[in-house]
Amino acid sequence: MKITEKEFLAPGHRACAGCGEPIGVRLALKVLGENTIAVSPTGCLEVITSPYPETAWEIPWIHVAFENAGAVASGVEAALKSLGRKSNVVVFAGDGGTADIGFQSLSGAMERNHDIIYICIDNEAYMNTGVQRSGATPYGASTMTSPAGKKSFGEDKPKKNLPMIMVAHNVPYVATASISYPEDFMKKVKKASETEGSSYIHLHQPCTTGWGFDPSKTIELGRLAVETGAWILYEVENGDFKVTYRPAQRKPLIEYLKAQKRFKHLKEAEVAMLQDYVDRTCSEYGV
Amino acid sequence: MTSTGAVVKKPGSTRNTKTGSWRTFKPIIDMDKCIDCENCYLFCPEGCINKEYEIDYDYCKGCGICATECPVKAVKMERE
Ligand SMILES: Cc1ncc(C[n+]2csc(CCOP(=O)(O)OP(=O)(O)O)c2C)c(N)n1
Ligand code: SF4
Ligand code: SF4
Ligand SMILES: [Mg+2]
Repeated sequence: MKITEKEFLAPGHRACAGCGEPIGVRLALKVLGENTIAVSPTGCLEVITSPYPETAWEIPWIHVAFENAGAVASGVEAALKSLGRKSNVVVFAGDGGTADIGFQSLSGAMERNHDIIYICIDNEAYMNTGVQRSGATPYGASTMTSPAGKKSFGEDKPKKNLPMIMVAHNVPYVATASISYPEDFMKKVKKASETEGSSYIHLHQPCTTGWGFDPSKTIELGRLAVETGAWILYEVENGDFKVTYRPAQRKPLIEYLKAQKRFKHLKEAEVAMLQDYVDRTCSEYGV
Repeated sequence: MTSTGAVVKKPGSTRNTKTGSWRTFKPIIDMDKCIDCENCYLFCPEGCINKEYEIDYDYCKGCGICATECPVKAVKMERE
């Protein structure tokens, strides 16, 4: 796929070394190009890219409240339309800002089918405030508010299935992606930009600080998630479901779990239960 | 136009902050080994490796993703 060499997210941003968030944003903007307006609710991405009075953004970018990225993007799209102008309107939002706090405004935007691209950058917790669980935190993960200990096992609810909730909104394009599969991700961003109406991409993003692994392993972790079946890459185009990458042979889930501090406390029986859950999900999705 | 929010008018101004000072290990690319796969360029969180595989050490934080993802081990991490 042909992408521009130009960078639309400047270096000097304050992300932790090895953070996956700027990787996702860089790649997406290389596909979308200069004629793009971005919207972000609060979260790591906002904090690392806009240490006032500096900004890392090379395109117009609006930081809004936690609750309303979907609504603001809808407004930007409607304003452009009334001015007779055409631009990509993209949201970059965290999983907390998507699965929980910004959920109603996202749902409304998708229901009205605004011509926007909503990219949820999912690091599976509220990272910017110190790793609190969100609706997108996976079963078993230890976070500040779902700690592993004598009286608590870690997160005790399964990960909320956001992409399928978006499919249920009947929007024209929904996809999952991973920063570790850039070609697959960028193809999906391209499709989203060519879609008229709403597109939703759920981008899996390993977080060195919140998950507990060496910064050099960010891409490796994202790959392990997909190779074990803990994260599945697919797209749903006008209702048609298609897996876009199938691991030749799924690796045992333990390889993914043991590489991260947040799962370190899990006992054999709990790992077996999680493996069973992944097996069932994979057979349901045909992976 | 009046504005009620904070407006930053200079794009890309985080360049003022040289995050290279965070670095403990420095990646060095051996161009004799490089097979031009683009991995390090695509996966760099700082976007500070260009397509000629020159590293901008003003901003490289030394995360080491490039070294891990290089398929031919052309990137070495050296202590500063
Ligand atoms: C209404 C509101 N509640 C809480 C906060 C505090 N807060 C700022 S960023 C953040 C975490 C964001 O998590 P997520 O959306 O997953 O993005 P991440 O930081 O993980 O990338 C929280 C809780 C806030 N700014 N506004
Ligand atoms: S806490 Fe995680 S998501 Fe936030 S900047 Fe650090 S690595 Fe990135
Ligand atoms: S990852 Fe290694 S082989 Fe690939 S472009 Fe970079 S230095 Fe060259
Ligand atoms: Mg998050």
